[in-house]
Amino acid sequence: MRTKLERREHFSGLLFVAPLIAVLILVAGWPLARTLYFSFTDAYLDDSANHVLIGFRNFVDVAGDPVWWRAVRNTAIFTAISVAIETVLGLAIALLLHGAIPGRGLVRAAILVPWAMPVVVSTKIWEWMLNDQFGVVNRAIVGLGLADHGVAWVANGSLLLGVVIFIDVWMTTPFMVLLILAGLQILPEEIFEAAEVDGIPWWKRLWSITLPLLAPTIGVAVLFRVLDALRMFDLAYVLAGANVNAMTMSIYARDRLINNQELGVGSAASTMVFLLIALVAIFIVGAMRLDRSGAAER
Amino acid sequence: MASVALRSVSKSFGHVPVITDVNLEIADGELVVFVGPSGCGKSTLLRLIAGLVPVGAGDIVIDGEVVTDIPASKRGIAFVFQSYALYPHMTIARNIGFALETLGLSRQEIDAKVAEVAATLKIDHLLARRPRELSGGQRQRVAIGRALVRQPEVFLFDEPLSNLDSDLRMEMRMEIAKLHANLAATMIYVTHDQVEAMTLADRIVVLNRGRIEQIGTPQQLYHAPQNRFVAGFIGSPRMNFMAVSANASSSDCHMQGPGSLSFDVSLSAPGVPAEIGIRPEALSIATQGQGKVTGTLERLEDLGHEHLAYIRIAPDVAWSVRLSNSLGKNALGTSIGLDWRFEDLFLFDKNGHRLDHSLSHERSAVANGVRA
Repeated sequence: MRTKLERREHFSGLLFVAPLIAVLILVAGWPLARTLYFSFTDAYLDDSANHVLIGFRNFVDVAGDPVWWRAVRNTAIFTAISVAIETVLGLAIALLLHGAIPGRGLVRAAILVPWAMPVVVSTKIWEWMLNDQFGVVNRAIVGLGLADHGVAWVANGSLLLGVVIFIDVWMTTPFMVLLILAGLQILPEEIFEAAEVDGIPWWKRLWSITLPLLAPTIGVAVLFRVLDALRMFDLAYVLAGANVNAMTMSIYARDRLINNQELGVGSAASTMVFLLIALVAIFIVGAMRLDRSGAAER
Repeated sequence: MASVALRSVSKSFGHVPVITDVNLEIADGELVVFVGPSGCGKSTLLRLIAGLVPVGAGDIVIDGEVVTDIPASKRGIAFVFQSYALYPHMTIARNIGFALETLGLSRQEIDAKVAEVAATLKIDHLLARRPRELSGGQRQRVAIGRALVRQPEVFLFDEPLSNLDSDLRMEMRMEIAKLHANLAATMIYVTHDQVEAMTLADRIVVLNRGRIEQIGTPQQLYHAPQNRFVAGFIGSPRMNFMAVSANASSSDCHMQGPGSLSFDVSLSAPGVPAEIGIRPEALSIATQGQGKVTGTLERLEDLGHEHLAYIRIAPDVAWSVRLSNSLGKNALGTSIGLDWRFEDLFLFDKNGHRLDHSLSHERSAVANGVRA
């Protein structure tokens, strides 16, 4: 039996979240439902009202398209390598910045610059710097005598995905640094002083104290980055458009939807991207929980 | 075990001097307590000895060896933190044995040492748990166990009992005293709690604004404080003070002050008393119309085993009196005379230095740390 006060609090609680729920339904729920609906139709973008339900044919179509599987592979490679490098690099830089090095405040501000730049701008800058004829990178390589002619970074299909990964690492490592640095700064200092007095060498302090205590922070950072990387669109699209060598899942969906005007197939591809990302998210969150209880048993 | 010496140690943080020219010799096996108000530099001094904070000037010597430039891990010390500083993700057993893992001992040897220490501290039933599952007192035992297992030359305690409730604090205090007796180890103990200081210490170092005010046994500090600061800091409730005007043309000195204060003392050394001090437990209620000073009874506190009376002598002077029985509520607001024995009177000059006044034979007995 609820008291009057409890009922009143319950009611005002509902009242406060109602606008949020309404907005969410409008901007997330409705488009999602529409996309899901269209993925089961043969609709085209120019005349979306004229369609019939065709069951799972669109999904079968996408699953049978080698270009889709190429996009899945690209996305998986991109995510695994870029997030791995960003995590290791981010951790290393954060540990450096956490130590009392002179000019740390300046470095901390400077390191944010890549993260603060719009993706399109930094991608375009890098594209120009990596230009095979006029780019400063090739000029430096030739000038230093490392090669007698420049490398076709962006034009060479086999290098393209590597370039996407490189630019993403350049842009997103600051995000990792910042998150991990924040995690480092809330660790109690006295624990490390205790270890110092106890004569624990630095590598053991890092491995047995810092990393385990930092694991939840790193886990959350990795989760953010993986989800972000799985829906990679802007960087790869600005750099390579629909080039199949750097095509991600999102670019594939956009290609079918806009270029081919296939609203039904494009929606099906989008739905599959959504499901894949959801699956990975559930897996990572589960793994983090497992990790925690695993640590509790050791 | 080892002796510890500080030679003209100073330390500043930026432009703020925290420790100024501290000289101190601690004998092998001695338990020395640093006390002082918060911000007096006592914890910093301990961290300087530990090597957690680099020394600004001067030298730190442990066991005859200058360790000023030697890292904390090589000084043969163990440090017990106020926050316990246990590793939250490790079991109690691993917390205690962690430092041994880098010494190349076998698993069995580590386990044996951990078990031994845990048994000493009565925490052997907790070894499989994690710090967050333990109470504050248990955590502090683990922290002490972590220090014990390394068999250090010197134990450093930084307010180890401050986060515990008073019952536990008393229990742990006795535990630490017992440890000190059994190990005969050199211990340096920082606290702001003067009961801990008085009960644990072989010698107490009173610090104020980064300087040593006085070093002595608990009895010396209580009975023969060298200055007003130490006199006011040691003892609870604190010593009563009152400014007086003295007419000191010769060694005979006539003093006057609020509350009809008027008496003569003879000083054994030159100086002009500016303030008198008397401990609450040295005051007694005078019979009607008598007493060396009079005031109005303002407040009574019944603590069960003792009673405290607050007597206002002047608008800015209120003295506390420790009594064994209550004055009764009816006495509130009435005029009360206070009396004391001359040997319980402390005199301070305008710089706060204590002046010896001559009741010569009794005073010298007190100065040697024997209660008169």
